[in-house]
Amino acid sequence: MASDPIHQFNISKLVPIEIGGLDFSFTNSSAFMVATVVAAGAFLFVSTASRGLVPSRMQSIAEMTYEFVANMLRDAAGSQGMKFFPFVFSLFVFVLVANLLGMFPYFFTITSHIIVTFALAILVIGTVIVYGFWKHGLGFLNLFVPSGVPGVLLPLVIAIEIISFLSRPISLSVRLFANMLAGHITLKVFAGFVTSLSAFGVVGIGGAILPLGMTVALTGLEFLVAFLQAYVFAVLTCMYLNDAIHPGH
Amino acid sequence: MFVAPAFAASDQPAENGETHSATEAGHGAAEAGFPPFETATYPSQILWLAITFGLFYLFLKRVALPRLAGIMEVRRDRIAQDLDQAARLKQESDEAIAAYEQALAEARQKANEIGQKARDAAKAQADETRRAVEAQLEEKLTGAETRIAEIKASALADVGTIAQDTAGSIVQTLGGGSVTKAEVAAAVKAAR
Repeated sequence: MASDPIHQFNISKLVPIEIGGLDFSFTNSSAFMVATVVAAGAFLFVSTASRGLVPSRMQSIAEMTYEFVANMLRDAAGSQGMKFFPFVFSLFVFVLVANLLGMFPYFFTITSHIIVTFALAILVIGTVIVYGFWKHGLGFLNLFVPSGVPGVLLPLVIAIEIISFLSRPISLSVRLFANMLAGHITLKVFAGFVTSLSAFGVVGIGGAILPLGMTVALTGLEFLVAFLQAYVFAVLTCMYLNDAIHPGH
Repeated sequence: MFVAPAFAASDQPAENGETHSATEAGHGAAEAGFPPFETATYPSQILWLAITFGLFYLFLKRVALPRLAGIMEVRRDRIAQDLDQAARLKQESDEAIAAYEQALAEARQKANEIGQKARDAAKAQADETRRAVEAQLEEKLTGAETRIAEIKASALADVGTIAQDTAGSIVQTLGGGSVTKAEVAAAVKAAR
C-alpha cells in the first residue's frame, strides 16, 4: 500500500535472525543504521585523511562539527565535561546523519521509531546516573535538593525534581521521535495530494500546485528540523551530563 | 498514484461489499500495525542500534576524533610558532631600525663637526689675510703721509724764501733804498 503515509515506517526483514524466541532480524532499519554509521564514519575518515594544515572544504566541515560540539559541551558542562566529548559527538552526528538520510525519498528514517530514540535517551540518562553515582556516591542525590528552598517546601520540591528527572528520557526520546514521524507523515500527505489531485485532469493539476509548493516548503523545513532535533538532543545531553558532573544546583 | 486508491474508496461509497471490506481490512491492519509501536521489532532495532552505535562510538573515539584533534592541535601550534617567529622578526627589524637611526644621527653630528671646522678654518684664514692687507695698507698710508708732510714742509720753506725775494725786490723797486736780506726776512716772518 504505497498510498499509506504510515507505510514508510514499516520494518521489513532483510535477513531473518531469531535467537531465543526473539526476532533479531537484520531489517531495513538495521540497514539504515549501518548506512548512517558508515556514511558518517567514512566522511569523517576520508575528509581528514590528508590532515591538511589548510583544510579542504570537507575537512573544514568535519572541523566545524568538532568545534561546534566541543563548544556546546564546554558551555554546558565545563571543561570537566570534555571526557564525554566522544559520546556527545557520536550522538549528535549519529542522530544528524540518520535524520538527514531519512530525507532521501524511499529511505528509511531510523529516528522515526520510538524504540531507537528511547534507547539513545536511556543511554544518555544511564550514563548520567552511572557516572553521577560513581563520581559523587550518594552526593549525586543532591541533584534533587535545590539549595535555598525553605524546609517546608523541600519534600514537594524534591518530588517535583525526581519526577522531572524521570521524565527526561521520555521527553528526550519522544521529542526526536515525534518530530521525525510527524514531519515525514506531513510530507507524505502533501505529496500524496499532488498525485491524487493531478488525477482529476487540468483543474486538478492546477489545484495540485498548492500542495506541491507546500511539499517543497516542508522539505526545507524538514531539513531544518533534522538538524535542529539533532542539536537539541545533543544540547540536552550536555545539560544532563552537567548534572552528573556538578550535581549541586 | 500514492493516495489515489484510498481516495477512490472513500469518494465512492462501496459499490459492492467486497471492496468495502477489503478497504476496512486494510485500515484495520494499518491501525493495529502502526510500525513504531510494533513491539515485535524492538529486539532487532535495539540490537542493531547497539551494534552500529557502539562501533560508531568506538571508531570516533579511537580514530576519527583523535585525528581531528591532532589536526587542529598541529594547526594551533603552527600558528603560535609563526606568530612567535613574526614577533622575533619584528623585534629584529626594530633593532635594525634603531641601529640605523643611531648611525644616521652620529653621521649627521660628524658632518656638522666637519662643516664647523671647515668654516672656522676658512674664517681664520680670511681674517689673517684681511689683517695682513690692512697692515700693508696702513704702512703705505703712513709712508704717503710722511712724504706729504716732507713735501709740505719743503714747500713752506720755499714759500718763505720766495716771499723774502719778492718782498726785497718790491721794496727796492718802490723805495729805491736797499734793504738787507735779514731785514726782509724778519719783516716777512713778522707779517706771517
